[in-house]
Amino acid sequence: MDPAFIVIQSLSGLASASSLFIIASGLTIVFGVTRIVNFAHGSLYMLGAYLAVTIVPMLLEVDRSLPMFLLGVLLSALIVGVIGAAMEIILLRRIYHVPELFQLLATFGVVLIVQDLVIKLWGAVEIPGPRAPSLRHGVFIFDQRFPAYELFLIGMGLVVLGLLWLLMQKTRFGVLIRAATQDREMVAALGVNQAWLFTGTLFLGAFLAGLGGALQIPRVAVNTQMDISIITEVFVVTVIGGMGSVAGAFVAALIIGQLQAFGILIFPKITLVLVFLLMAVVLVIKPWGLFGKPDAAAGRAILPEGILSLKRFGRIDTIIAGIAIAVLIALPVFGDNYMVKVGIEVLVLALAAFSLQFLIGVGGIVSFGHAAYFGLGAYAAGLLVTRGGMAMEPALLLAPLVAGGFAALFGFFIVRLSGIYLAMLTLAFAQIVYAVCFQWVAFTGGDNGVVGVWPSAWASSRQVYYYLVLAMTLAAIIMLRHAIYAPFGYGLRAARDSAIRADAIGMDVGRIRWFAFTLSGAAAGLAGGLYSFSKGSIDPTMISIPMSVDFLVMVLVGGIQTVIGPVVGAAAFHSVKDFFMPLTDFWRLFLGLSIIIMVLVFPRGIAGATSALVDRKRTTAAPVEAAT
Amino acid sequence: MTLLAVSGLNKRFGGVVAARDVAFALQAGELLAIIGPNGAGKSTTFNMVGGQLRPDSGQVMLAGENVAGLAPRAIWRRGVGGTFQIAQTCVSMRVAENVQMALISWHGRIFSFRSRAETLYRPEALDLLDLVGMRGDADRPVRELAYGDVKRVELAVALASQPKLLLMDEPTAGMAPKERAQLMELTASIARERQIGVLFTEHDMDAVFAHADTILVLVRGEIIAAGKPDDVRANARVKQVYLGDMGVEAAMRARRGRA
Repeated sequence: MDPAFIVIQSLSGLASASSLFIIASGLTIVFGVTRIVNFAHGSLYMLGAYLAVTIVPMLLEVDRSLPMFLLGVLLSALIVGVIGAAMEIILLRRIYHVPELFQLLATFGVVLIVQDLVIKLWGAVEIPGPRAPSLRHGVFIFDQRFPAYELFLIGMGLVVLGLLWLLMQKTRFGVLIRAATQDREMVAALGVNQAWLFTGTLFLGAFLAGLGGALQIPRVAVNTQMDISIITEVFVVTVIGGMGSVAGAFVAALIIGQLQAFGILIFPKITLVLVFLLMAVVLVIKPWGLFGKPDAAAGRAILPEGILSLKRFGRIDTIIAGIAIAVLIALPVFGDNYMVKVGIEVLVLALAAFSLQFLIGVGGIVSFGHAAYFGLGAYAAGLLVTRGGMAMEPALLLAPLVAGGFAALFGFFIVRLSGIYLAMLTLAFAQIVYAVCFQWVAFTGGDNGVVGVWPSAWASSRQVYYYLVLAMTLAAIIMLRHAIYAPFGYGLRAARDSAIRADAIGMDVGRIRWFAFTLSGAAAGLAGGLYSFSKGSIDPTMISIPMSVDFLVMVLVGGIQTVIGPVVGAAAFHSVKDFFMPLTDFWRLFLGLSIIIMVLVFPRGIAGATSALVDRKRTTAAPVEAAT
Repeated sequence: MTLLAVSGLNKRFGGVVAARDVAFALQAGELLAIIGPNGAGKSTTFNMVGGQLRPDSGQVMLAGENVAGLAPRAIWRRGVGGTFQIAQTCVSMRVAENVQMALISWHGRIFSFRSRAETLYRPEALDLLDLVGMRGDADRPVRELAYGDVKRVELAVALASQPKLLLMDEPTAGMAPKERAQLMELTASIARERQIGVLFTEHDMDAVFAHADTILVLVRGEIIAAGKPDDVRANARVKQVYLGDMGVEAAMRARRGRA
């Protein structure tokens, strides 16, 4: 290969590495101190960009010069910093002590809110930004033209690295950040004003996100998808580097930048896949990332968040379940076509949510990418029918097998990890699937998906298809529920409660978790397959992050500590969504607020809230116990 | 045949020698205590026998078979049960279910989907709970128990696989004095009755001297003394290690004062 070309290519890799580092350093600092993975970091980045395309042109009106451009960028970043600090005071402060799943969901709630607000304020159309004065020319390197602004970005990355280093080494604030990253409890015990430290940290983190966003405006047209696309990349950088490590983020950004710059030459369509594969490999070799350290609290015996006790169905439960099934069977008789359609969707989502609960509630495996297996099932069925010319029946059988196969492949890496790293890896694999389905246009239809996924003739009436879905989802849910009560489910729960104990009584914890992941993926795949025939089409939204979050919300609404709750949660969530979404332009805002309120007010769902109330009554009755 | 015969066991962590030529033997029905100051290599030795650590060199002969370097699971299958310094139980389960889990695993039925786990091996579990005096609490959630009772449940769990050898890392750590004595007495009586060898580490000297048949003193990875409790008690080097020169003098003065 031409050496000049290699230099140019690696320089552009450095420029994107530099941007990535500026953004990722903010995320990693915030995680180090607060132990919260801030999903909204991408939203802060997007806000930085939108503020910059508003502020910078105004300043350039005054004086068309580079300092004015930079002033605008800096102002935008400062405003985002203030927004970050406000976010800490209003929201994060209240969720430092809730389980990771809820933290992730609450910050994702912010993502949804910001998305709707941005569309409301700036519109859905993308906005091209102004170019930086005095940096619009190209520089000739080995006779190749290279944009001066890209060189400037490389410089900015180094400046930010240097300033962060000075801040961390030379200021009291920086020393406190480093101390809190190492041992939060110790810093608290030393009498440091934690509120200030945390608010300050969020300001710094959000400032860096905003700066990263504002610096992008000459390179990319600002759009409403910036938040999700950057957050997955930034997650990858921080996870590879080691959560909490600024140096790690720098090294990882360099690696990712080069991988993208050269990967695009070899596999132009699947650079994202390369990046996620790198992350998977790093996590298998170094589960805490390149520069990360195990969390001090890891391995501590705490009560897991999930199903704590299994009760058999009592008489009342049996009656309720019986009535529910009777209503479901009778639905096509008394309901209209629309109700039957909603009924199909609810049943399908109930199976997907239940399979997720099998992972989270029983296995303690918090998957943030469950939509991947749902989507794989849908795509498998849809593509087999449309491209493979297969009939519905074998396609429906193959859907769970394909999804289960991928779940086995991804799960092999995933189940070795725990906590936030596990959640990140599930997310990464889901994004790989999403990227492939989105970018492999010739095969998957890309953004538009594939239409014409219709059931066989005998099941083409909505009513008949409804009964098919009812039979299959009920059978799958009953089988999964049975597995929870069987020795396997107990073994999975034992592995969650104490992996050390499970190992010491001869249980192969890794294999148990792997099998559970595969089983759950297959069940989600069946749901996906059924869904694709009911829609008549497949498209990438079935695999997207919002879909995974919808599943998590269903589990949460129903109650993470209950076995059958998520099924109810799916029905409640989908009915509400189906009713409200057409009525409002602010569905995401509404959903985001609901998620946050749910996490803050009753994190254990409706069932959990009731039992917590009972517990509180009991403790007030025994004040001595409450005092200890 | 000797139940457990350890010889020439070595383990280094970087420049630190955690175990140097550790060797000892344990007969069925015998209680062997490993004592020593913090950082002496007790847990290292322990974990090499249990399979959590792979020794750099040396043999761990369990009933005539070398198990050094095998996985904990494989060693457990060969008849080694254990309890942990900080009790490890399935906190979301009931007392009986904790024991049932061990029985289900012992019978190789973890991957079974056929029966309800709740009723599986329950009579056997209740018998084991009876043995440790916890039958009355069989249906309570284990997370509601007092710590001393949790340790008893852990003992029942360890006994579920009908072990030939019990490994107990600081069995009485974190317990009240009265509970400690009871747990050690219980362990000793079960061990003698069932001819189980017990290897344990302990900081509580009362427990050690009251129940151990043999005591092994480790200091900086090396065995400095081994023998019957009385011999070890009288050993000058042990006294010096535990009490220091000043401490020995103080102890002598105290004894003279009492006499």
